[in-house]
Amino acid sequence: MADAGMLRFHVPEPEVRPGGTPDFSDVTIPKAGSVPRPEIDVDPRDIRDLAFSIIRVLNRAGEAVGPWAGLLSDDELLEGLRHMMTLRSFDARMQMAQRQGKTSFYMQHLGEEAVSCAFRKALAPGDMNFPTYRQAGLLIADGYPMVTMMNQIYSNEADPLKGRQLPIMYSSKEHGFFSISGNLATQYIQAVGWAMASAISNDSKIAAAWIGDGSTAESDFHSALVFASTYKAPVVLNVVNNQWAISTFQGIARGGSGTFAARGLGFGIPSLRVDGNDYLAVHAVAKWAAERARKNLGPTLVEYVTYRVGAHSSSDDPSAYRPKAESDAWPLGDPIVRLKNHLIQRGVWSDERHTQAEAEILETVIAAQREAERHGTLHAGGKPSTRDMFEGVYGEMPPHLRRQRQQAGV
Amino acid sequence: MPRRTMIEAIRDAMDVSMGRDERVIVFGEDVGFFGGVFRCTQGLQAKYGKSRCFDTPISESGIVGSAIGMAAYGLKPCVEVQFADYVYPAYDQIVSEAARLRYRSNGDFTCPIVVRMPTGGGIFGGQTHSQSPEALFTHVSGLKVVVPSNPHDAKGLLIAAIEDPDPVIFLEPKRLYNGPFDGHHERPVTPWSKHELGEVADGHYTVPLGKAVIRRPGAAVTVLAYGTMVYVAQAAAEETGIDAEIIDLRTLLPLDLETIVDSVNRTGRCVIVHEATLTSGFGAELSALVQENCFYHLEAPVVRVAGWDTPYPHAQEWDYFPGPARLGRALVETMEA
Repeated sequence: MADAGMLRFHVPEPEVRPGGTPDFSDVTIPKAGSVPRPEIDVDPRDIRDLAFSIIRVLNRAGEAVGPWAGLLSDDELLEGLRHMMTLRSFDARMQMAQRQGKTSFYMQHLGEEAVSCAFRKALAPGDMNFPTYRQAGLLIADGYPMVTMMNQIYSNEADPLKGRQLPIMYSSKEHGFFSISGNLATQYIQAVGWAMASAISNDSKIAAAWIGDGSTAESDFHSALVFASTYKAPVVLNVVNNQWAISTFQGIARGGSGTFAARGLGFGIPSLRVDGNDYLAVHAVAKWAAERARKNLGPTLVEYVTYRVGAHSSSDDPSAYRPKAESDAWPLGDPIVRLKNHLIQRGVWSDERHTQAEAEILETVIAAQREAERHGTLHAGGKPSTRDMFEGVYGEMPPHLRRQRQQAGV
Repeated sequence: MPRRTMIEAIRDAMDVSMGRDERVIVFGEDVGFFGGVFRCTQGLQAKYGKSRCFDTPISESGIVGSAIGMAAYGLKPCVEVQFADYVYPAYDQIVSEAARLRYRSNGDFTCPIVVRMPTGGGIFGGQTHSQSPEALFTHVSGLKVVVPSNPHDAKGLLIAAIEDPDPVIFLEPKRLYNGPFDGHHERPVTPWSKHELGEVADGHYTVPLGKAVIRRPGAAVTVLAYGTMVYVAQAAAEETGIDAEIIDLRTLLPLDLETIVDSVNRTGRCVIVHEATLTSGFGAELSALVQENCFYHLEAPVVRVAGWDTPYPHAQEWDYFPGPARLGRALVETMEA
């Protein structure tokens, strides 16, 4: 029946708000192993359904099943588990350090550790990530020193960024980690540009773009997809859908499109959804997308379906906008627990060894923290000089900055 | 020496740079096959191939954002934004990204890009083809801002900008593309082929960034100008008979303060002229600097002549444009003050 007369304005609302019972019944979870694995040179038109499904490898029994399984050895999986545990432990310590006033700001990965840790292992040396603020697993899994990360977080005298950048906005060209901006989505088109440059230079390196569900609404996301599609850039376009953009549920950015992966379809970009809490699935899909990029088959868009268990940042309190127990009800579970169970199921891990590893990792993190704190924290000990503030605005300091530095008395 | 239009000089600068350094690439809307709506990139795709000169989607943030990524990779993109009036979608990429990349990463990544764009009015382009947004860029730490006023400088400054290790906003006064327009819109413009600054040497040369030049030495009053206003100032000086010293700033950021201060301290008077709107325009910065540095030499208030604080109009273009009559009145008043 046609609705005549007055127009009505529509504002999407999440299923539940604080005080309500968490409900993810609208999230359809396909069985692990049920989504096919196409050849990398598949015609994108033939796999449009992958933008609406979820690729999963680990089943409820902790087994790796289906066509996306079997890429990683026991040792590689054990290493992956260690990376995720390290990131979680690192986050806990740094979150606490922020609460203790040792730094101004922190952002943790709780629940999302598999995404960046597993993705990193699908890349080759020389490839470049253009991350957001929630992909520190890219650094941890690449062996970047934790103490250097902490020096940056503390803005201390050993901070490689000289105290100029907000905590956790790391930069490491050597480790394929582009300088984090803090402005949202800008890095997405930059990643495409980097990938275009690699192709222009007939190089073999690829780029990986990162963005969250909320920021896909920015125009830079769309220009990135246009450029990636037009120039068939060797880039993996990652969308981490952790359900929440600060207090805004993912339905506000997603609108009526069904999934974030589906955004890629209009650009003719193969678009896949993957269980972001499944280390094996993340790695397998990342590997598939990276191989496509490296073989001149162009971009792939990957949506990682995960859940932001923690607050958006140290300045946020999620109890104001979502039920407290919502993360417990999240149907894709915890990435560390799931990989741990898989390794136990394979007979190469145990609860005891896990507990022991947790203790060892915590010790390593604390040791790194002690070392970092010897170089100072935000408000105590060694800090970058006022002179450092004036350096590096340009390759060569122009006269007006020299005058201002003199005025500042440094 | 060969004479070139400003368009040919700019094209030659890119040609020379692309020939010397294969990291230099050129792209933008209509820039590839067609050679740009003002023809500044004509022939570059045919000469250097589609990998080094190509058309882009209509997406200024995409053009500048991808250029930043390319620069981070190690290329040296020189991109075109079709009109300065269209640069705003790229503003976030320029301000938050290009300008700050070196600083925020402590040199881990740098951003040697050039963003070229035609600027200014005088072509009946209305509010979407006439703006002069230089002050939006001079306010940003980490950028360099260049406005050439003739073919010789345009080529040398553009080569210097391409070779610069930092992002450069290169504003090309489009009314000067074919000749030194002095604001007398009712008269035919002298073509660059008949003007000495149309002499553009072949091959590689640079005009250094951050260096102003005195176009007309004088003793009575200093006129600070750039782009089209250099010729408006020359016309105003001739028509009023006032012995004005005209400084062509060429680079707004970093600014050649020394040349300015030296001149104003000699003349004791200063008039600033630009096409852009008055309020918070670059003239405000110049005026403040002159006041701070030359106060005890000043014999008259520093005066600004600028576009009115309205959007750039269409039919009223010549009432809006700060031409020689308006500047001339300001010169006379400054001399009488």
